[in-house]
Amino acid sequence: MTGDLRFLLNDREVALSAIGGSDTLLDFLRIDRRMTGTKEGCAEGDCGACTVLVGRLTDQGLRYEPVNACIRFLASCHGCHVVTVEHLRGPDGGLHPIQTAMIEHHGSQCGFCTPGFVMALYGLWMSNPSADAMAIETALQGNLCRCTGYEPIIKAALAAQAAGGQAMDALAVEREGVAAKLRAMPRERVDVMKGADRAIIPADTDDLAALLLEHEKPTLVAGATDVGLWVTKLLRNISPTIFIGHLMKGVEVTETELKIGAGVTYSEAEPLIAEHLPELLDYWQRIAGWQVRNMGTIGGNIANGSPIGDTPPLLIALGAWIVLRKGAERREVALQDYFIDYGKQDRAPGEFVETVIIPLNRGAKIAGYKISKRRDSDISSVAMGLCLTLEGDKIATARIAYGGMAGTPKRAAGAEAALVGQVFGKAAFEAAARAVLSDFTPLSDMRASADYRSAVAANLLRRFWLEQSEPDLPVRLNYAVGE
Amino acid sequence: MKDEIAIKGLAHMDTAHDSAAKHVTGRAEYTDDLAEPHGLLHAYLGLSKCAHGRITAMDLDAVRAAPGVIDVLTAADLPGVNDVSPAGHHDDPVFAEHEVKFWGQPVFAVIAETRDQARRAAALAKISYEPLLHALDPMGAKAAGMDYVTDPLTLRRGDAAQGLAAAPRRIKGRFGIGGQDHFYLEGQIAMAVPGEDEDVTINVSTQHPSEVQHMVAHVLGVQSHSVVVNVRRMGGGFGGKETQMNLFACVAAVAAKKWNRAVKIRPDRDDDMSATGKRHDFVVDYEVGFDDQGRILAVDGDWYARCGFSADLSGPVTDRALFHADNAYYYPDVRVSSHPMRTNTVSNTAFRGFGGPQGVIVAERMIEEIAYALGRDPLEIRKANLYQNGQLTPYHQEVTDQILPQMFAELEASSDYHARRQAVLDWNDRASQGGGVIRKGIALTPVKFGISFTATWYNQAGSLIHIYSDGSIALNHGGTEMGQGLNTKVAQVVAEAFQCDLSRIKITKTTTEKVPNTSATAASSGTDLNGMAALDAAEQIKTRLVDFVAERWQAPKDQVRFVPGHIMAGETAIPFDEVIKAAYMARIHLSAAGFYKTPKIHWDRSTGRGRPFYYFAYGAAVAEVSVDTLTGEYVIDRADVLHDVGRSLNPIIDKGQVEGAFVQGTGWLTCEELWWSDKGELKTHAPSTYKIPLASDRPRVFNVKLADWSENTERSIKRSKAVGEPPFMLGISVFEAINMAVASVADYREPARLDAPATPERVLMGIRRLQG
Repeated sequence: MTGDLRFLLNDREVALSAIGGSDTLLDFLRIDRRMTGTKEGCAEGDCGACTVLVGRLTDQGLRYEPVNACIRFLASCHGCHVVTVEHLRGPDGGLHPIQTAMIEHHGSQCGFCTPGFVMALYGLWMSNPSADAMAIETALQGNLCRCTGYEPIIKAALAAQAAGGQAMDALAVEREGVAAKLRAMPRERVDVMKGADRAIIPADTDDLAALLLEHEKPTLVAGATDVGLWVTKLLRNISPTIFIGHLMKGVEVTETELKIGAGVTYSEAEPLIAEHLPELLDYWQRIAGWQVRNMGTIGGNIANGSPIGDTPPLLIALGAWIVLRKGAERREVALQDYFIDYGKQDRAPGEFVETVIIPLNRGAKIAGYKISKRRDSDISSVAMGLCLTLEGDKIATARIAYGGMAGTPKRAAGAEAALVGQVFGKAAFEAAARAVLSDFTPLSDMRASADYRSAVAANLLRRFWLEQSEPDLPVRLNYAVGE
Repeated sequence: MKDEIAIKGLAHMDTAHDSAAKHVTGRAEYTDDLAEPHGLLHAYLGLSKCAHGRITAMDLDAVRAAPGVIDVLTAADLPGVNDVSPAGHHDDPVFAEHEVKFWGQPVFAVIAETRDQARRAAALAKISYEPLLHALDPMGAKAAGMDYVTDPLTLRRGDAAQGLAAAPRRIKGRFGIGGQDHFYLEGQIAMAVPGEDEDVTINVSTQHPSEVQHMVAHVLGVQSHSVVVNVRRMGGGFGGKETQMNLFACVAAVAAKKWNRAVKIRPDRDDDMSATGKRHDFVVDYEVGFDDQGRILAVDGDWYARCGFSADLSGPVTDRALFHADNAYYYPDVRVSSHPMRTNTVSNTAFRGFGGPQGVIVAERMIEEIAYALGRDPLEIRKANLYQNGQLTPYHQEVTDQILPQMFAELEASSDYHARRQAVLDWNDRASQGGGVIRKGIALTPVKFGISFTATWYNQAGSLIHIYSDGSIALNHGGTEMGQGLNTKVAQVVAEAFQCDLSRIKITKTTTEKVPNTSATAASSGTDLNGMAALDAAEQIKTRLVDFVAERWQAPKDQVRFVPGHIMAGETAIPFDEVIKAAYMARIHLSAAGFYKTPKIHWDRSTGRGRPFYYFAYGAAVAEVSVDTLTGEYVIDRADVLHDVGRSLNPIIDKGQVEGAFVQGTGWLTCEELWWSDKGELKTHAPSTYKIPLASDRPRVFNVKLADWSENTERSIKRSKAVGEPPFMLGISVFEAINMAVASVADYREPARLDAPATPERVLMGIRRLQG
């Protein structure tokens, strides 16, 4: 066993040696420290009552983000600054502008979700001082309130934005000191245990590669947005656990490719999507809620092999491939070939996803659609990624991938075939919409029936054509917040 | 204390929730936040994995042997009765014995040193079942010949059969209406602390402390005076903590007494949602007869409810569905009947509206049927059928306080209803001609909601006020705070009575030690009942103070008045503190217990006649939606709400109730879907699978207004009206608007007749059905 787990909790340094890989941040706060301002609502990262900020050093400096403490493993806070509602205060030591606004606008009723809302809004206020109502809604996708109907909370958030004061905020004022303390924390491998529950935090990616050769069946934890539930819901033993969320953060943009490290979170990737794949930004911002996007990684989303997958339908459509690494050896696999069957991926023991490479098909027609029972923070009934290239008026290549239609995210071979070589026109997409019905035999479950999934899969091709052909016709719902 | 001239927090003033500052700082204490007694143990429930079956073997050895486990409790370990049936049906065991009746039914409880240990141990149980036939939904139960969980009710006035036979037009239909999980953010929780003798104190998240007290006493086999139940606040209730907390409190109490250690129980969200009841889903067969002007002549209907395995509150819930089967409309001849079906699902329970919404929405469905049949705007049909004062409801109560015509007029104008409806019709016409895939709908729907518990004896309340010799006031009453601002509003009533600043009044936890035999904080009645009881206590003390001041300061009694911060004796103003100090020295009793019972109400269930409701609360909403006909997704473009709370005690808090209820009602009818597997396992048992509205689901434009001109015609507390439940039903406007958008794809030739909730799937399938 080496090293202690070290982090900052509000204004205190914490060093722990008896820590298990499955210990959650929320239990640590509420049970060990009796800091009860942070609440448990669901223990699966879907309600936001447990929202805290985690600050971490990045290439751009110290970055604070709201996360779900319920599924955040304590060990993943190594080297971070954990900020809870108890630490929130105004410049005068009294209420913070967010808190004042929440009171003045009657943003709490039962109050149980309130600390989580306050912390999510604090994270937004800090990072985006000009957020409008739409941006506030996006920031609150991961926070449920059952009492207020949200209206007073949005008003409070707008009022707090208007009040400003970010420069005087405690976390801004103390920024350099906190960063220095975090930088001073040792970076060597941490290997700690509680009982038989072992947590390992590799020093770097090479260390990870070495560790994976040593351990037979470790659980790799990146963002923990799925593995967290293995513990909180399924009570699974995940030891030994190797934490990798701090690794593989690199991003490289070339003329032809986006190379994204497996540890890059959805939130970290968002500016890249906005710049290079703007057609997919709306979809990207509807992946889970903000807290989950701040934790979940693209590599984890792929490695985990969900049949629905948030990013795989998009990435497969774009023709992405991944770099798998074992020891010092690396191999590349097209993403569409990585998903072999339900619960089965092309990943050998000791291997890990290191990099995701997305070709930038400049000039291609790209779309990403997500359909779910609730617009935000819901698992797709059907997700679709589409990438077409044209030659003259004909469709030269077509890659269309769906999530939610089969045991794995999968390409729609029949629909693609119906398009390729055809004139880029309504007839081709009608043919593809008919063909896609034969591409899949989806399941019925609590999210959607097979009939609905098939109907939507076909209609999304029609939607794409309408968007291409009828720029003046409203094809998508307008979610803009009005006066 | 300083002089109080500009005092805050009197009745009718906008006043923040008393705990707002604690909410936003995380310092508001919920049950799980209370300091834990040394040696606290944790309980966790073991749940059945079978919808209906005989228990053939129960192997709990691995459970007992698991780390940290102290004990395992089963039915045999309960010292008193194995029953927490709130309505006295003796059909609601704490632990299933011999036979399980739904998937998720508690069978045993593990007691361990930590919650994690108890939870992990509970998962090790090996229980074998011999499966028995199960029925999951009301019509399946009917087909299987399942019995009623409680006596059904029929309301009858005139002769519905004859009325239908004579009507120029008749329409029949069947309407499936989904249930709803409460999704209180704070789950069920109880912590029991043992005391001497047979005493036990329970801190529990509950809307009904007295019932917890009685249930714990029964299960422990002790008298109620041994059990104290405390609740400072809940993290949401919505009806889900009116009876559903009983089981948790009882398990904690039994374990606490057995081991003489404090015991806490808190299920995981998945188990909470699997093991506790929800809003009843219904299947309703209706028939309506009407004339060519759209006037309803006769209504005949049967409400089949998924009650679950036991009665719980299904009797009064299904009764209330019938009480609101008319919503706001006069039915000349009517017969409506309830069918409280037993099903092998969790026992459904109270939820905001308490069956009322499932009555109201059927009335609105019939209005829609008539409007489409006649090619008219449904609003015209609504107006043609609104009650006129003097007309009788199906339960023979005379309507005397109708204000909907004025509300409609105001809302039509403020929402610009008619122009917007025309714009919606034009939009849809253009979409029909130009291949547009976005359709729109708009609807204005009303609510008329009867206020009072239909169990007449529940309409009573108590309070306790102490004034300490420093002039500070401690206020206690039987109501419970779940976010609705009850404590704030009751304190405002007391502040008004004494003309003192709200800060002088300490709001204290609800406890069965201070006010006995309380009713559930339910039926929207909290402020009506407890506000009156608190006023009664305040008036008793005031009477004593008036007598005292008149004598001490030599003024006629009729010239002793309470003014801000002072009491006037004729022209002399004496600071409140000074009066209190003097009164104490003069040995004046500065404490009083108050009481209130609602007058005028009576109800005879056997004849279906009476005046169950003291008064009606009214409201109306206009919703406009857009629907994507390719996917079934939709967005609420705008909602305008006008709601009647009489003379509001606290307009800003009441507005919050209206906004929140509207969004919750919308959730019930849109994204919130309960889904069971064929085997009877609820698969939507967590927020990952059960979707309540998010901020982005609220109306894109949301105008909410209170009808500030309204005043309760009855002598309610300060002429205000109850607000908790009625606006929930305004979410029906969204459902109706979605139906209109769907119907537009077939040029409104027939109504869309969507079942609820109108999930994107139901919407798309409805569109495809109409498109043929």
